[in-house]
Amino acid sequence: MSNFEIVAREDFSDVTYLLEVRHPMMARAAKPGQFVIVMQNEQGERIPLTIADFDRNKGTITLVIQAVGKTTRQMQQECQVGTSLYGMVGPMGIPSPISHAKKVLCVGGGLGVAPIFPQARGFKESGAYVIAVLGFRNKDLVFWENKFRECCDELILCTNDGSAGMKGMITDGIKVALAGHANIEEVVAIGPPVMMKACADATRPYKIKTMVSVNPIMVDGTGMCGGCRVKVGDEVKFACVDGPDFDGHLVDFDDLMLRLQRHKNDEKLAHERWSENCRMTNPPGPGAGDVLAGGTAAQSDVLELPDPSEDAPGG
Amino acid sequence: MAKKKTIRTIPQERTPMREQDALVRAGNFEEVARGYNLEDALRESERCLLCPDQPCIAGCPVGIDIPGFIRKIGEKNLRGAYDILTDTNLLPSVCGRVCPQETQCEGVCTVGESLEAVAIGRLERFVGDTAIKEGWSNIPYIEANGFHVGIVGSGPAGMACAADMAKAGCDVTVYEAFHQPGGVLRYGIPDFRLPNAVIDAEIENLKKLGIKFECNTLVGRLFTIEQMIDEMGFHAVFVGVGAGYPTMLNIPGDSLNGVLSANELLTRCNLMHARDFPNFDTPLPIGRRVAVVGAGNTAMDAMRVSIRLGAEKVYCIYRRSRTEAPARVEEVHHAEQEGVDFHWLTNPVSVLNDGTGSVRGMRCVRMELGAPDESGRRRPVPVADSEFDFEADLIVYAIGTNANPIMGQTSEMKLNKWGYIGVDETLATSVAGVFAGGDIVTGAATVIEAMGAGRKAARSMKAYLGIRDPALPYCGATGGEALFGIDERERNFARVRVA
Ligand SMILES: Cc1cc2nc3c(=O)[nH]c(=O)nc-3n(C[C@H](O)[C@H](O)[C@H](O)COP(=O)(O)OP(=O)(O)OC[C@H]3O[C@@H](n4cnc5c(N)ncnc54)[C@H](O)[C@@H]3O)c2cc1C
Ligand SMILES: Cc1cc2nc3c(=O)[nH]c(=O)nc-3n(C[C@H](O)[C@H](O)[C@H](O)COP(=O)(O)OP(=O)(O)OC[C@H]3O[C@@H](n4cnc5c(N)ncnc54)[C@H](O)[C@@H]3O)c2cc1C
Ligand code: SF4
Ligand code: SF4
Ligand code: FES
Repeated sequence: MSNFEIVAREDFSDVTYLLEVRHPMMARAAKPGQFVIVMQNEQGERIPLTIADFDRNKGTITLVIQAVGKTTRQMQQECQVGTSLYGMVGPMGIPSPISHAKKVLCVGGGLGVAPIFPQARGFKESGAYVIAVLGFRNKDLVFWENKFRECCDELILCTNDGSAGMKGMITDGIKVALAGHANIEEVVAIGPPVMMKACADATRPYKIKTMVSVNPIMVDGTGMCGGCRVKVGDEVKFACVDGPDFDGHLVDFDDLMLRLQRHKNDEKLAHERWSENCRMTNPPGPGAGDVLAGGTAAQSDVLELPDPSEDAPGG
Repeated sequence: MAKKKTIRTIPQERTPMREQDALVRAGNFEEVARGYNLEDALRESERCLLCPDQPCIAGCPVGIDIPGFIRKIGEKNLRGAYDILTDTNLLPSVCGRVCPQETQCEGVCTVGESLEAVAIGRLERFVGDTAIKEGWSNIPYIEANGFHVGIVGSGPAGMACAADMAKAGCDVTVYEAFHQPGGVLRYGIPDFRLPNAVIDAEIENLKKLGIKFECNTLVGRLFTIEQMIDEMGFHAVFVGVGAGYPTMLNIPGDSLNGVLSANELLTRCNLMHARDFPNFDTPLPIGRRVAVVGAGNTAMDAMRVSIRLGAEKVYCIYRRSRTEAPARVEEVHHAEQEGVDFHWLTNPVSVLNDGTGSVRGMRCVRMELGAPDESGRRRPVPVADSEFDFEADLIVYAIGTNANPIMGQTSEMKLNKWGYIGVDETLATSVAGVFAGGDIVTGAATVIEAMGAGRKAARSMKAYLGIRDPALPYCGATGGEALFGIDERERNFARVRVA
């Protein structure tokens, strides 16, 4: 397989963008919860990205990406409609099990809003009553609100500053939902690890099954390097082949967050060198600016209490 | 004809191979062993006694006509030597470099009983490299037979099977999950042992046979093995996906930052070119003090890569002694020359945390050899009160791999109790038309064994598809006549008079 053409693009904010990539075979195979590994160019890194949507008729895969470091920012600049990715392999991972739960809470924080979508739709299609809780930092970052309204029975939108929906953390949204419905059978939460951890903590007292989708650093995505290992209960699992969905009440999030930082210095170096080159060849434009702060801040204070929609890489 | 050679008339010393100096090579990724030149090869070919009973052939897992090709070298007919080699071995340049010859062909060489064995691997490499330099390839006349064959995995097993099926006239497509073909040859074995140029050249030869390579394709998830047969029009499928799922030690500290599998280290370095970071984007943790656990080829590669990346100190931690180390003898020797500090009879107890979630060192215990276990090797047992700590900032596990779960998760193929694909003696799996071989059947083995399995599966696939196999002569009782066909019992062979 080669030549993965970008057929559509949408920019949700300074840091978040959507790419629709042509891959008819993958569009046919993809299921909610799966991801791809992308290489933008031959020298590039292999980065995992969740399949946020797929269109079997058009033969495309949708990715929603947040610019946090060198690769995701270079893609933000260079992946225009008509260009192609050097590599895209998938769908990877075990599809999310869409259970027969009658009432489901789908929680998406920041970028996690994108990957929760196919699951919300999947549950709706299997006949469940679907409540979505979406959290963003502020109104400008909100995306896909209408897409969710179409497939959910209820939608609770939270922003940290109250500029859209209710004011508060995503856990506040969850509390509202739990208070309103005594019979929620399953919770699915996707977002930065801090947020998923907070969700798992919020549902633990109610003993509601809570599935999360973990996002450790990956290389091959085929179960060959062990870089993506996570602690789940007493076991060590490889997220790319044993997951990425696991029982949120068993995942060791502190371990996950620590392991996400293991190449921090190298990532910074790669990014600095790249921005240096960009400044020499292009005048700084939107997207090449100082958005890194969002990503690294989230990484450095990961062990503190959650800023629910903190836009760290998630999904 | 020259006088018959005897053990006393042949050159007594094995012809040495030129090597990069240990101090220089520790700072680069260029190939360590530089190979023979014609003069070296001629001299070494003199050492082969051309034994009538040819014990070496039985020592080679694919049964190369070793005295045959060595005789051709002696006659300075390198093309002839190449033809003999490629009759059985698709990748002479690769095998000459990476086969554990001391336990295979050279281990049973007659000369080896009193002197050092004939350097079969080095001669094989010389012929293979000459072919690459001269651009030789043996492309037979191929008549398309209309069969479509799918190969899953582009490692040595898949390549060998693909070549045989293409030569038989099938339309062959190889699917590979990575963005480049080659399997372990590409992502695992480093350049200083097997340069990428050699793999590229061998893959070019496969393309000349009409084989198509489709990278970026994760079979099982993009489409299943069953779909290949039922929907995609493949008449037969070979599964050679290797066994790369790394084992972790399961000791405290396993998940600290700075603990990784040798596969991860090697993939980042070789396939992703992390050693050229930041020209390539993939980062690689570089340790100042690196401890590698294990003593197989993978461990040696991880240690020698670490040295080249600038580690000050590289330790090898292995619970048995040097004689039990599974690596090729030459690799252990090279690692010693390059300054690896070997700790035989030492077992890790835990990885030590520096307080911030990163590695600070390792706690080990000394071992001694006790009574022999089921495998006949003396079992190492811990020595009481011998625990000790040492400083390290990178810990690499090279203690073996398991079957990758994707095939089992996505297909009906029966697995054995260890999770490897179950096959019968013809390498057929439980799904009709699907065959499997290489590491995914046997567990981690060698390049040449994987290739042998690929070829064996190809023979079975041809029989399954009903393709006449001109490479399978059935000589024997008839005398003066050879039979060509699939299987004598099927009576579909043609009788041909042999001149
Ligand atoms: C299963 C999975 C699904 C994901 N889905 C999405 C998605 O839909 N959209 C999205 O924007 N992001 C997603 N991510 C995260 C995304 O892969 C990282 O943001 C990206 O790799 C960062 O690369 P970079 O070079 O731009 O940043 P870097 O500067 O390299 O890294 C920034 C941070 O991203 C994380 N990261 C770096 N490399 C990797 C890697 N190879 N794998 C995983 N995380 C890494 C680290 O925590 C790092 O600190 C997903 C991750 C996983 C594991
Ligand atoms: C570091 C290292 C050093 C070694 N050194 C030596 C040595 O010196 N001498 C020696 O003889 N042997 C050595 N070996 C062992 C030898 O390399 C293996 O036994 C051999 O490569 C096995 O071949 P294979 O074709 O079965 O599998 P592999 O070479 O593992 O190839 C399998 C291929 O299948 C691909 N794949 C996996 N799953 C899928 C999927 N679902 N869809 C599509 N593609 C898939 C993989 O990406 C891979 O490219 C070494 C191994 C390692 C790891
Ligand atoms: S393929 Fe390997 S075992 Fe066979 S002759 Fe060559 S080096 Fe020896
Ligand atoms: S056993 Fe050794 S000496 Fe005899 S034919 Fe083989 S390589 Fe030559
Ligand atoms: S990404 Fe390598 S094992 Fe999961």
